[in-house]
Amino acid sequence: MIYADNAATTKMSDGAAKVFVSLLDEAWGNPSSLYAHGQKAKEVLEQARQDVAGVIGASPREITFTSGGSEADNQAIRTGAALGRKKGKMHIVSTAFEHHAVLHTLEALKKEGFSVTLLDVHENGIVDPAEVEAAIREDTCLVTIMYANNEIGTIQPIREIGAICRKKEVLFHVDAVQAVGHIPVNVTDDCIDMLSASAHKFHGPKGVGFLYAKKGIRLTNLIEGGAQERGRRAGTENVPGIGAMAQALKEADAGMAENAARVVRMRDRLIAGLQEIPHCALNGDQERRLPGNVNFCFEGIEGESLLLLLDDKGICASSGSACTSGSLDPSHVLLAIGRIHDVAHGSLRLSLGEDITEEEVDYIIRTVKEVVAYLRSFSPVWRDLMAGKKEFIL
Amino acid sequence: MALYSEKVMDHFRNPRNVGVIEDADGVGEVGNAKCGDIMKMYLKIENGIVTDVKFETFGCGSAIASSSMATELIKGKPLEEVEQLTNKAVAEALDGLPDYKMHCSVLAEEAISSALEDYYRKHPEARPPKG
Ligand SMILES: Cc1ncc(COP(=O)(O)O)c(C=O)c1O
Ligand SMILES: [Zn+2]
Repeated sequence: MIYADNAATTKMSDGAAKVFVSLLDEAWGNPSSLYAHGQKAKEVLEQARQDVAGVIGASPREITFTSGGSEADNQAIRTGAALGRKKGKMHIVSTAFEHHAVLHTLEALKKEGFSVTLLDVHENGIVDPAEVEAAIREDTCLVTIMYANNEIGTIQPIREIGAICRKKEVLFHVDAVQAVGHIPVNVTDDCIDMLSASAHKFHGPKGVGFLYAKKGIRLTNLIEGGAQERGRRAGTENVPGIGAMAQALKEADAGMAENAARVVRMRDRLIAGLQEIPHCALNGDQERRLPGNVNFCFEGIEGESLLLLLDDKGICASSGSACTSGSLDPSHVLLAIGRIHDVAHGSLRLSLGEDITEEEVDYIIRTVKEVVAYLRSFSPVWRDLMAGKKEFIL
Repeated sequence: MALYSEKVMDHFRNPRNVGVIEDADGVGEVGNAKCGDIMKMYLKIENGIVTDVKFETFGCGSAIASSSMATELIKGKPLEEVEQLTNKAVAEALDGLPDYKMHCSVLAEEAISSALEDYYRKHPEARPPKG
């Protein structure tokens, strides 16, 4: 099996899995208990906090452990909104292609009286910092923009946007779920006030993540209860998960430059190979994208049938077609970069892992070519395109 | 648990009656690229019987499987029977479809109705009396 869906989730690293299992045995106490066995778990937690903070340029007290990226996004945005409301500032700036954890939270806030500006991400899938600056108003309380997009992998000019937000004195939240562990992220250099991350995207366990909030930002609780996480996130901590996350992040950080260079070569080889397919298009900027992300639209075919046939050939991938999501609309990300429905249904995302080989990339290229040609051979849309009854879009 | 039944996967992997009938007696195309599934059915009709049927589909796994199964269900059948074909019958013959995929089987039923309608338009004498 070739696993090319690392943007969906990653396999735990051996190191992280080892830590996870050993903590089940060695640190299963409750970190809130005062006896030594509980305090041992507390130590694991605090060491993890220190490790995670170190990797992103934060201090340990600025890290709150959560159940993952969605919770961190929700909490950060709710915090920005609550702080804004106190000052009568009820406007939020974001983009049209954020993850639903962000977009749906913004939708909920709209019902509570907030107004939201969703910026265009243009054909290349990149936000223009000048447009962020222009969108910030007197009553703007929060700017929330993702570091890298989960579908098309485009990397945003976070440092420039961070500098603008700092200058305008507006809180800046970054959903860095796809970036952390893959490309350098530093909250100090990037002027980030809040940042979300999720362990299962960098070879840590699922259901664990963290929220960074700059010193002085008082987080709004989503989960009320005990005094864990300095009263900002109740619930007995997921000690093995958190310990394993820290281990995975340290490993990802240590190997980052080397892995990224290799994966970028594989990505570019894959892009070049797939570009030979007639009437296709790469989605998102060719250079400013995550090392492992490849995303194409193929005209005349539908994504789910493509995925099923690739699965038969041992390739795990994903698509933004409507029929893979259970809704009638294709991916909001592809629509946001201007792909019309007709071609957005025929999308394919391949997100490579660090262990991908050249042989595997070549197998993927061969197989995708074959399967696309096969599906086109009985597609009425393709027939009309070839007969000149319809005009090619790509 | 797999997304689809074995039957669906069989018809998806080895679709029956794929292709085009150049001198078809009735042709119907339904769906649109906006919703993500398009089906085209070609019928050959002789003496009130569907003697041949072919399809082309742009769509998901269940759309392809539904088209394939629908062609099997109507091939060699008299028009009165073909007219009675429902999406439910197609889905049942496939050992079921996930709820949110039922619309794909509806398309198969509609594609066949549309091809039949095309035939009746060209051969009004063959249209069965209403009522
Ligand atoms: C950009 C982005 N934000 C948020 C999330 C949600 O993370 P989690 O699955 O940990 O809740 C994901 C993962 O799907 C993501 O890719
Ligand atoms: Zn469908």
